[in-house]
Amino acid sequence: MARVVVDVMLKPEILDPQGQAVQRALPRLGFEGISDVRQGKRFELEVDGPVDEAVLARIHDLAESFLANTVIEDFTVKVESEEAVAGAAK
Amino acid sequence: MTARIGVVTFPGSLDDRDTQRAIRLAGAEPVALWHKDKNLHQVDAVVLCGGFSYGDYLRAGAIARFSPVMEPLIEQAKAGLPVLGICNGFQILTEAHLLPGAMLGNDHLHFICRDQKLRVENADTAWTTDYSAGQEIHIPLKNMDGRYVADERTLDELEAEGRVAFRYLARDGVANERGNPNGSLRDIAGITNEAGNVVGLMPHPEHAVEPLIGSGRTDGLPFFTSILKKLVNA
Repeated sequence: MARVVVDVMLKPEILDPQGQAVQRALPRLGFEGISDVRQGKRFELEVDGPVDEAVLARIHDLAESFLANTVIEDFTVKVESEEAVAGAAK
Repeated sequence: MTARIGVVTFPGSLDDRDTQRAIRLAGAEPVALWHKDKNLHQVDAVVLCGGFSYGDYLRAGAIARFSPVMEPLIEQAKAGLPVLGICNGFQILTEAHLLPGAMLGNDHLHFICRDQKLRVENADTAWTTDYSAGQEIHIPLKNMDGRYVADERTLDELEAEGRVAFRYLARDGVANERGNPNGSLRDIAGITNEAGNVVGLMPHPEHAVEPLIGSGRTDGLPFFTSILKKLVNA
């Protein structure tokens, strides 16, 4: 089993009021020097069997058509190493 | 025989009954459609109503866009079937790419519920012929994710082709940030596709069809009489 992670972020030119609200709370918490926060989504897909090129291509299609709306969002797809996944499960 | 207008109910739809009622008041026959329907039961037009389909998880309208009923709907809308998307319905139409752009959370992060002044910018679509261009109307607005966005090129294209159907107005009738309830780019409240058969808007015309309720105005009724006229004269 392997884990594939899809990260989805609003495109840089799209206003992110959620991220701004988080950023504005930072000084109250004693965090200075953070000028901008943008909030995104992370999807962790547990894949049965090996993650080969064909599986990755299908996940890429899934991300492009469903997990992200490419009108407003960018996404990245990355495979977490199988050892890391096994380690995290312990 | 009068026109049959379908109203789709998704899990989480809220305004399907009000929409059916508005259709009946206009003189057409409402037909209840279910999100699992694989065909549209030969309706002459479809309304995608407001609510929070599938909880609006992922993004507003994103999961509804892939429900079984959307397959024939997308195909027939591209072939000219009149489709009106109200609020969540508008969000579903953008997710389905039947209308350009996308809907995001209101810029002030609050749910908004108010009577909203609008200007009708395009009175030639299938759903707006009973208005006149430039007419100012009041329609209730209630949403969380009402901020219309699109890239500059798309916005310029929409403006040049007269495809901005409705714009938010301030009380004095000016389109500006005072009238804009959610940060929508260029104060856009609703748009149409190139052919004029697919229209989407955030405010709720189905809530403004009887003098007894709401603001006491019936400014939303022309949506439903427009489509009825178009269908019976076709």
